[in-house]
Amino acid sequence: MSLISFNNWAAGEGANPLIPHTAELIVGFVAFSLLFLVLRSKVVPMFEKAFTARTEAIQGGMEKAERAQVEAERALAQYTTQLNEARGEAQKIREDARVQGAAIIEDLRTKAAEEAARITAAATAAIEAERQQAVTSLRNEVGALATELAGKIVGEALDDQVRQSRIVDRFIADLEKSK
Amino acid sequence: MGVRLAAEEGFQPPSTADFELPPVFADNPFTTKPVFLVFFSVILISTFFILASRKASVVPSKLQFAGESIYGFVRNDLARDVIGHEFMRFVPYLFTLFTFILTNNLFGIIPFLQFPTMSRVSFPYVLALFTFVIFHYVAIKHKGLMAYLKEIMFMPGVPKPVYVLLTPIEVATYFIVRPLTLSLRLFANMFAGHLLLLVFILGGEHLLQGAIGLKLVSPFAFAFGIALTFFEFMVQCLQAYIFTLLTALYIAGALADEH
Repeated sequence: MSLISFNNWAAGEGANPLIPHTAELIVGFVAFSLLFLVLRSKVVPMFEKAFTARTEAIQGGMEKAERAQVEAERALAQYTTQLNEARGEAQKIREDARVQGAAIIEDLRTKAAEEAARITAAATAAIEAERQQAVTSLRNEVGALATELAGKIVGEALDDQVRQSRIVDRFIADLEKSK
Repeated sequence: MGVRLAAEEGFQPPSTADFELPPVFADNPFTTKPVFLVFFSVILISTFFILASRKASVVPSKLQFAGESIYGFVRNDLARDVIGHEFMRFVPYLFTLFTFILTNNLFGIIPFLQFPTMSRVSFPYVLALFTFVIFHYVAIKHKGLMAYLKEIMFMPGVPKPVYVLLTPIEVATYFIVRPLTLSLRLFANMFAGHLLLLVFILGGEHLLQGAIGLKLVSPFAFAFGIALTFFEFMVQCLQAYIFTLLTALYIAGALADEH
C-alpha cells in the first residue's frame, strides 16, 4: 500500500478511506506525542500526588483512631482495676469493722462480768465480815448478859475469865446444837 | 455538502467523499478540518486537565473531581486491574490514549465541530502504531528478544505438529492482526457512525425540499438522526474504552511470564 498524498480530494469522488494521508499521519503523530508529554509531565504527577496525599490522610486518620481506641481501652481497664481494688478495700474495711466490733463487745462483756463478780465478791466479803463482827459482838454481849444473869441467879461471880469464856462457848454451842 | 446538493440533481447519498475535506488554505494539507480538530483536542484536553490538576488536593474541587474521575478510571479500572503491579509506568500513555480518542470521537456529535477525527484512518493508524511499538518493546525488554520470538512462534505446551498451523496464526496475530484490528475497529466505527448520521440528517433535509408527502416524513428522519446521535455517543465512548483496554491487555501480555 503506497501512501497516497493529499491530492486525493482533487480526484472528486472519495478515495479509498483505508489509505492514510501523509499530512494526517504527521499531525496525528505530533499531536498525540505533544498531548502525551503534557499529560505525563503536568497532569499525571499532580493527580498522583493528590492520590498519595489522600491515601496517607486516610491511613493517618485510621491510625489516629486506632491509637485513640487503644488509649480508651487502656483507661477503661485501669478504671475497672481501680474500681475492683476499691471494692475489695471497702469489703476488707467492713470485715475488719465487724471483727473489731465483735471483739469490743466481747471485751466489754468480759469486763462487765468480771466487775459484777468482783462487786459480788466484795459484797459477800463485807456481809461475811459484818456477820462475823455481829456474831462476835453478840457472843460477847450475850455472854456478858448471860454470865451476869447466871451470876445473879447462881449468886456466885464467875470472875475467872477463862472459865467464864469456856462456859459461854459451851453455852452457845449448846444453843446452836439445840436449834 | 450544500454546494454539492445544489450542484447535482436529485439526492446524492453521503459517500466516502464526505470524509475528504478540502484544505482551508490553498493546497496546504495541514489546514484541513480533521487536522484542526486534532490540534483543538490537544489544546482542549491539556487545558482541562492542567486546570483540574493544578491545585490537586486531598479534598478535590468540582473541576478536580471531574478530571480525577476520568484519570482514576483509566488508572485504576484499566491500567491497574489489567496490567497489575507494574501498571504505573503505562498510566500516562493509556491516559493520553483514552482522552485523545474519546475527545476526538465526541467531536463527531458536538455541534459545529461534528466530525469524528478518528474517521480519518491515518489517526487510528498512528495510535495503533504507538501501541504496537510499545507492547513489542515492553515484551522484548521484559523477556529478551529471542525468548519473546520463541514464545510467539512456538507456544509452549502444544504438540509439535500443531505448530504448522499455530505458528503462522500467532505470528500474524502479533504483527498484523493486532495493530490492524485495533486501528480499523476504531476507524470503521467512527466512519460508519458519521455516515449513518449523514444519511438521516441529509436525507431529512432532502425530504423537506420534496413534495408535501415527503415533507411529512422528513421529521421522522431527523428524529431518527437524533436518536442515532445518542447511540453514537455510546459508541464513541465505547470505542475509546476498547482501544485503551486492548492496549492495556497487550501490554499485560507482554509482561506476563507464562503465555
